Amino acid sequence: MKRFLLPLVIFLVMVGFLFIGLNLDPREVPSPLVGKPAPQFSLPRLDNPEQVFSGKDMLGKVWLLNVWASWCGACKEEHPLLVSLAKTGFVPVVGMDYKDTRDEALQWLAQGGNPYMTTIMDVDGRVGINYGVYGVPETYVIDKKGIIAYKKTGPITMQSLREVIVPLVKKLQAE
Amino acid sequence: MQNFCLRLMLVFCMLQISSTWAQEARPMQNDAVAEAQVQRLSEQLRCLVCQNQTLADSHADLAQDLKQEIREMAAKGMSDKAIIDYLVARYGDFVRYRPPLKSTTLLLWLGPFALLFAGGIGLFVTLRRREKSIVDAPLNADEVRKVRELLAMNKES
Repeated sequence: MKRFLLPLVIFLVMVGFLFIGLNLDPREVPSPLVGKPAPQFSLPRLDNPEQVFSGKDMLGKVWLLNVWASWCGACKEEHPLLVSLAKTGFVPVVGMDYKDTRDEALQWLAQGGNPYMTTIMDVDGRVGINYGVYGVPETYVIDKKGIIAYKKTGPITMQSLREVIVPLVKKLQAE
Repeated sequence: MQNFCLRLMLVFCMLQISSTWAQEARPMQNDAVAEAQVQRLSEQLRCLVCQNQTLADSHADLAQDLKQEIREMAAKGMSDKAIIDYLVARYGDFVRYRPPLKSTTLLLWLGPFALLFAGGIGLFVTLRRREKSIVDAPLNADEVRKVRELLAMNKES
């Protein structure tokens, strides 16, 4: 009986690893930017390309940077959540329209509602590279000093909003 | 339905659309050294959209942007290390196909050797145990006689 015990234990350990592995999201790559100052940017605004908006304008506030695009399907999933979040006025959300055309982006916002305090246009994706964007949508929580506190790759969900983002923003706002 | 756009990007990675290829493979003939550097680096860096492809292999939009970024840095004369550091600062160690040896990657680097070592010890112990369990079975007088007979027969033939 004892000689079967060891292989059985090894097998169960391997099954355990496999099970954990299956539940991990390979897209969740830890961002090296968490805990570092948010990269600076000055980009034209979507509503008025003549004006530029810079990350510095948000110093002193806790805010969210949401990277989206009209061509991005998963952005549609999270959009209603952002709209209802914006309605509460709990935290300002800045949109970054990533590698998109202005017309399509405007149309997209007209259809789905505009949850953004401001939307900026990163047409060539340069600022996106500085932020380590690799899958749209992405959401960053940035604190009063302009430090990135959290990054979410992929659409935000009710769960991630309730369990991670909202408590984190509250904590940062109290600081 | 989740992550639809990521999947779409993935599909584009796999399709290897020929027109895209034709567009992005334009070498900068005026600077062969920089171009060789771009090629060398993009073979060592991972495309984060298609995670099992290098930047050189990938046709994802992001991979092309990053190659362009590397190309510009190479043209400025930046070293390999400086360019890799630039990307690691933004995308993390995961962009490197050859992750650095540090506390978080220790298991990755040493795990296979640890497993090999554990297997070796297991094998050694098992073989030792088996050796000990072999018991000599001495022949009795009758068996000895039979053996002699058989050997004698063999000699005659």
